Amino acid sequence: MKHLKYVLAGMLFGIVLIKSEAVSWFRIQEMFRFQSFHMYGIIGSAVIVGITSILLIKKFNLKTFNNEKIDLSLNPPKKVNTLLGGIIFGFGWALIGGCPGPLYALVGAGNIIYLIPIAGLILGTMVYGIIKNKLPH
Amino acid sequence: MNLITDPWPWYISGPLIGLTVPLLLLIGNKRLGISSSLKHLCAACIPKGKIELFNYDWKAQSWNLFFVLGLILGGLTLNILTDLDYQVSIADSTKTDLIEFGVSDFKGLFPKELFYWKPSNIWVLIIGGFFVGFGSRYANGCTSGHAIMGLSLLKPGSLIAVIGFFIGGLIITHLIYPFIY
Repeated sequence: MKHLKYVLAGMLFGIVLIKSEAVSWFRIQEMFRFQSFHMYGIIGSAVIVGITSILLIKKFNLKTFNNEKIDLSLNPPKKVNTLLGGIIFGFGWALIGGCPGPLYALVGAGNIIYLIPIAGLILGTMVYGIIKNKLPH
Repeated sequence: MNLITDPWPWYISGPLIGLTVPLLLLIGNKRLGISSSLKHLCAACIPKGKIELFNYDWKAQSWNLFFVLGLILGGLTLNILTDLDYQVSIADSTKTDLIEFGVSDFKGLFPKELFYWKPSNIWVLIIGGFFVGFGSRYANGCTSGHAIMGLSLLKPGSLIAVIGFFIGGLIITHLIYPFIY
């Protein structure tokens, strides 16, 4: 079962997301109303830890546990679709008060109602796939 | 503070979320990202060759679906071990604003009045979900892929995406919410 490690990593991620309350609709509302530092603290400190760990990986030329070279290559940014897609994502983020990771964790925690926005996610992904070539990129 | 039953402050939970970045890189050379799981699901369900975006070997990237399975199991585990129906200690000013939109029950991680099997609610949830799914594919990533992973890699494109996330979220919260609720 070579994928078991990803299941375990996902479990840790899900537990931390719920414990951080980043899964909470209330916290997302608070964030978009600039009424608390909580969500900004989470995202900010997560990014600082992420940047630091990538710098350390580069500096010490760390390999994966299988001794592969870690791929940190970047593609050139595509600005138009990233901004437009980002704005559309933001519409949804505020409407449902959750982004994809939290939605899965909430369903796991027994909140079956969250299957409705997840159905929307799949539909949105599918429609994007169908009309992709007609959109500005 | 009881680590098992209490929520974790941002300065503990945030860095732990950040550690997912090196964890996935070290255990399998993978980049954190959740929304691609939706693309893989579509690729798995739609007959090959019909839609270009879903025309790839999704099984080669199935680690992502196992990661999502873990997310679900993580939620399940916490729900068994702890009571998630507690009141999230949001700011009083947020509470005041939300009461205006008809939220009166502040118990639990989300307002049960708005997440209820009623047609008007369901539409908001489906349309909201649609935007998240469509937008994350159009922007090529969601909050985890851009705001956490992309910013950790100092990707300029991810900064653009995160700015977009907030433009969209602020428009809905401040201009559209009064018309929905």
